[in-house]
Amino acid sequence: MPAVSHVPCPVCGDFCDDIEVTVEDNVVTDVKNACAVGAARFLNFAGHRQMKPLIRKNGELVEVSLDEAIRRSAEILADAAYPILYGWSSTSCEATRVGLELAEEVGGVIDNTSTICHGPSILSIQDIGISSCTLGQLRHRADLVFYWGSNPWSAHPRHIERYTMFSEGRFRQSAWEKYLSSLGGILTRKRLQRAVNLLLGRRLSSPPEVEQGLPYTMFQKKRKMVVVDVRRTRTAEAADYFLQVKPNNDYELLQALRMLIRDEELDVDEVAGVPVELLEEVADVMIGCELGILFFGLGLTMSEGKHRNIDAALSLVRDLNQYTKFLIMPMRGHFNVTGANVVFTWQTGYPFAVDFSRGFPRYNPGETSVIDILCREESDAALVIASDPVAHFPKTAAQSLVRSPLIVIDPEPTPTSFMADVVIPSAFVGIEAEGTAYRMDHVPLPLKKIVEPAKTCLSDVEILQRILHEVRKMRGGP
Amino acid sequence: MQLGELMPKLKVSLLTGRTIDQGTGRERGKFSEEYERSVAVCQMDPDDVRLLGVRENDIVRVSTDFGSVILRVAKSARNPHPGVIFIPYGPWASLIVDPETHGTGMPSLKGLPAEVEPAPEGSLLSLPELLRKHFKKG
Repeated sequence: MPAVSHVPCPVCGDFCDDIEVTVEDNVVTDVKNACAVGAARFLNFAGHRQMKPLIRKNGELVEVSLDEAIRRSAEILADAAYPILYGWSSTSCEATRVGLELAEEVGGVIDNTSTICHGPSILSIQDIGISSCTLGQLRHRADLVFYWGSNPWSAHPRHIERYTMFSEGRFRQSAWEKYLSSLGGILTRKRLQRAVNLLLGRRLSSPPEVEQGLPYTMFQKKRKMVVVDVRRTRTAEAADYFLQVKPNNDYELLQALRMLIRDEELDVDEVAGVPVELLEEVADVMIGCELGILFFGLGLTMSEGKHRNIDAALSLVRDLNQYTKFLIMPMRGHFNVTGANVVFTWQTGYPFAVDFSRGFPRYNPGETSVIDILCREESDAALVIASDPVAHFPKTAAQSLVRSPLIVIDPEPTPTSFMADVVIPSAFVGIEAEGTAYRMDHVPLPLKKIVEPAKTCLSDVEILQRILHEVRKMRGGP
Repeated sequence: MQLGELMPKLKVSLLTGRTIDQGTGRERGKFSEEYERSVAVCQMDPDDVRLLGVRENDIVRVSTDFGSVILRVAKSARNPHPGVIFIPYGPWASLIVDPETHGTGMPSLKGLPAEVEPAPEGSLLSLPELLRKHFKKG
């Protein structure tokens, strides 16, 4: 029974490359090492598929040949004055490259999902700069891990196990056992207490407090984790310090920490719902660490302040580098959203929201970003690939998207393909098609093909190349 | 006195985000029951649920300046977070978030002012019904 090892998982930005997949008769029968979401992807991808291309005729989607779907897509794009080409984060870099060529050919706007994810982070990084690294460095050396506005337990389920707290690095110990024993310890103590109470029929003094916030020593080989979030997430439960910030108050908290790190006094008792005493303790831990990392998520980019929150986070890390070594990294969502930014940048000079309508690439988020274009109702056609904007864009933007002709290239039915005028089913990249993708720390890894796709499902690259060829033919080009 | 005045309303801050159930649900297909159950839900602090006079799995209407949506109530395991509700990313949450990008390209999806009220007469729409109702296509 052939087991394929070292399969990179095409789901989240962690892009774990140690998955072992067993394939029997072109069917995935077993998956090892993957998280719940990754395993669900490998085991269920074949269960809910649209295998034939569709075109909307008289209000109904009807099955057509691939050639007809490609021709219709090319017509829509060639006839449009200002089409949108959106998605790109869950497909290969090779497909994105062809997409950029297509966008230039049709004079449209090409944007990837970072526009509704870490777009503000990119704006801020362009303003301030970033001190970052690869995840391997952190696994071996980081002794202080911050998760700010990010809940890896849900969104990047193996991040803590592979790269931070629960990973065994060359110079750092895993905190897995400590976490389990502290959980076990608390439970056992509670049970004993209850049993003693029952036996003696009286109330004993409360159990001793669990030791928290031990004084930090420079040469300790253990890691510490700090979580800043608006809710007590599962990640927060595993943390040494949890700062529960009020919604939309991250900016204040970041600036307060910057003040404490510069040894300035805060004349208040709490900032953004967090007691100043706790903040002072955390600031001491930050200054005292050997190598700290601040992972930040959409809690910062989507709430009030947006890129200004990231400005404050990047500045905090810059300040900390006067005392110790501190790094920062955005927790990227889709497995190849980083790749989409990279390919966009080396092809056009800009990482997202690139407008080709004047014949040369232009970048002005707020103007050339897809949500803004849709809300202003400026686009007159759209091609969506490997993404589901109808489910994830605000209603006004999604309504504007479905009002004009819509082409969807996706391996599976989604709310967006449900609304589409042309649906072209593709092969699942990373399972049925090869390619390249970039992990969240900008490390490129090859996507593997472990299962043969159905004959009607071409790879994204082939579909886009055929549309591009057809568009060029219609325009009388080569 | 009208019925509407008797119904308690709760002013809250709306958060949207990822959950592990939404992640595994979507992998079973966007039109699967698992996905629907994982995203058509309003996670509330248990005290807020009591305050609103509803119980787990009851139907509520969540409204913002940008629309309203009918959702199932779930008591949040991540409590306490009084005054804060959480809806996982998905077609339901997207109906009521703020499209304003403040010149960054990014709409406002977290920390929005919202109101929750019991909606015993409301019924939870399936995904195709929801899409047809709001997008008049499909």
